[in-house]
Amino acid sequence: MRHGKYRFIIGFLAIPLALYGVLVISPFVQDFQISMTDWTGLTPDKHYIGFDNYRKIIHNHLFWQSLWHNVLLLLIVPVVTLALGLFFAFMLNVGGRRKGSASVAGVRGSGAYKIIFFFPQVLSVAVIAILWQQIYNPDPDEGVLNVVLHSIGLGSQTQSWLGDPKLALACIMAVMVWANVGFYVVLFSAGMSSIPTEIYEASLLDGATRSTTFFRVTLPLLSDTVATGWVYMGIIAMDAFAYVQLMSVNNGGPNEKTDVVPLLLFKTAFRDNSQYGLAAAMGVAMLLVTLVFAVLTLRLSRRERIEF
Amino acid sequence: MGSEFNRRDAIKRAMAIGVVAIPSASLLSACATSSGGDKNKPVATGTKSAANPLGVKKGAPLEAFVFKGGFGDDYIKSAETVYNTTYGVTVKHTGTQAIGPKLQPRFANNTPPDFMDNSGADNLDTAALAKEGKLLDLTPLLDAATIDDPSKKVRDVLVAGTVEQGQFGSDKMYALNYAFTVYGSWYSNKLFQEKGWTYPKTFDEMIALGAKTKAAGVALFTYPGKYPYYVHFDLLAQIGKVGGKEVLNAIDDLEDGAFQVDAVKQVLGYYEELAAKKYFLAGSEGKTHIQMQTDWTKGKAALVADGSWVENEAAPTMPKDFDLAVGPLIGGGDSDKLPFGTLYAAAGEPFIVAANGKNPSGGMELLRIMLAKKQTDNFTNTIKSLTCVANSAEGLTLTPGLASANTALKAAGTNVLNARIQDWYVKLNQETIGNLTAQLLTGQINAAKWIEGAQKASDATKKDSSVPKFKHTV
Repeated sequence: MRHGKYRFIIGFLAIPLALYGVLVISPFVQDFQISMTDWTGLTPDKHYIGFDNYRKIIHNHLFWQSLWHNVLLLLIVPVVTLALGLFFAFMLNVGGRRKGSASVAGVRGSGAYKIIFFFPQVLSVAVIAILWQQIYNPDPDEGVLNVVLHSIGLGSQTQSWLGDPKLALACIMAVMVWANVGFYVVLFSAGMSSIPTEIYEASLLDGATRSTTFFRVTLPLLSDTVATGWVYMGIIAMDAFAYVQLMSVNNGGPNEKTDVVPLLLFKTAFRDNSQYGLAAAMGVAMLLVTLVFAVLTLRLSRRERIEF
Repeated sequence: MGSEFNRRDAIKRAMAIGVVAIPSASLLSACATSSGGDKNKPVATGTKSAANPLGVKKGAPLEAFVFKGGFGDDYIKSAETVYNTTYGVTVKHTGTQAIGPKLQPRFANNTPPDFMDNSGADNLDTAALAKEGKLLDLTPLLDAATIDDPSKKVRDVLVAGTVEQGQFGSDKMYALNYAFTVYGSWYSNKLFQEKGWTYPKTFDEMIALGAKTKAAGVALFTYPGKYPYYVHFDLLAQIGKVGGKEVLNAIDDLEDGAFQVDAVKQVLGYYEELAAKKYFLAGSEGKTHIQMQTDWTKGKAALVADGSWVENEAAPTMPKDFDLAVGPLIGGGDSDKLPFGTLYAAAGEPFIVAANGKNPSGGMELLRIMLAKKQTDNFTNTIKSLTCVANSAEGLTLTPGLASANTALKAAGTNVLNARIQDWYVKLNQETIGNLTAQLLTGQINAAKWIEGAQKASDATKKDSSVPKFKHTV
């Protein structure tokens, strides 16, 4: 009967594996195949041109600039988002003053804060991007941010937010952080609530301060959750397509200072003379970068689990 | 092993194979890389006659795929009704905003619809389609008799420039651009009269007007930084007015040194001066075209460079008594090659017929119906836009903006400019040169840098073998 068992297992594994192969692996293979052609996407015929498209990418400064923006996003957005998420979650769950019998509590009104933080998560990326585009509206009388700055006496700080090449990418990053931080507050809150209160009580008895509690107790015990969050945020940062496409001026501008590889790929395939082959090569390059990121993340986050 | 092979296993395995095989087979056959040569499909043709000059076969099915944007698609449905009754068939009609994503796989599989309105932000690259031989040459339509007057050919009733607009480097016309757009500086006649301003004729007068509007608390100009190529509606055409059509054609043809001529220097120097004097509405560099139009209808800026669609698009915020008007191109003055009154106008909304569709003559016939007086009247009345049929607005009651555009067009006569770089080399115009324009207007670069950058980008496009090249034939 043992043979039958294996056959049973294989029989059931075959379906998901085959679906994975058809829906996930085969598009990658096709992408690589298309990247070797001069296909326009408009005809059934295409010609194989070897590695020409890759050569073009290597000599395209715009590609490297876009990739650099993706790397910047990858370095900054996850760190800021996760740090803020951890900070808020800590304050909401552990950071409050002790009152009565409860030795571990969040700041006052933490329940309401949790809901407010989660708000952006309910909105679609398109809504968030359009919303913030209005907030960043450079008009001194209508742009929300500029009007607020004016009314609190910081009129000199008003900017043409998305129109300034030095500020635009940072402005978009800020929106990405804003949109995602609430999810991590909730995720980390859940993680923190599974940490036994005895550990906190013990550290309190030893006279630990809030920051000591955070860095010595909470963070180590939450490392698995943080690693997961890091991977998710990394993927969001590698994409950033919708935010940049909807918010940036002149599609990745000003002066291509906010262009990211997925947007460049989109423009190459659908707008710039329909160059599917070249766009596919960019897709392959993107795949490589993502793989490197994933391998590095898994390597760096590999550590011993703490049992409790 | 054999003994253990029972019926249940057999079923299980068969199911597994089936579940895997069926979707993969259909997916693979549907996926983009599946290739097949030109499928030889029956092409419907009928007998040609005076009433049926294109030889449409009665009862042959026709599929129309229509961009449903600012113009809607009712005007095409109206033409389809005529087609239906004449040819005893019901046109299969699809209205959509996503022409490109929906039609790309159909072209790749050689099963395109017959008739398409290839417009909108997600449109197919008409130039690339034409180069790949996927579009029908519409010359037979141009040589067919019109519906209203059998003694006249379609070619003879079209506004000058319409045929050229549908050409991509040869005599063949691949797209019929149905709507006719007049570009220029748009303003509120009411505002100008109230303040005692007059529409400027030259750059110097414009700068003088800038001082006046600034004193009145109104910016001279605003533009959408999100789409900086809007400025090119004026800028490129002004180059043509100052230096003549040849200068503009040289730019379109990507000629060496096309940007390094005096006309370009004069026009760009003027924009540099406008930027230095800060005559643009503050914050323009971060605005969308809607935000720009709203600021302008609210009276924050006197002028915008825009197309005649602005009347329809800005209608929600435009005051009833705005009295919209368009002014012709301003220039350097008497030294200009073309006189004051020269306009930038072009046919837009490209209709295409597939070369390997099932009913190409039917597709062309639907266009012939759309060019009839009954349909053009309907279009102008409901959409508030001119059509590519000459004098088709005659006898209609026009809205202020449309009337102004119509008058300006008549006054311009043959002095109508059309910069093809905007549709031949979209990326070069909108992105690369657009970025330079955006920087010029914020004062980050000067006119000399703009010219240098534009020439470099033009040369790079010329060298790039993946970009299809076009040349003016006239």
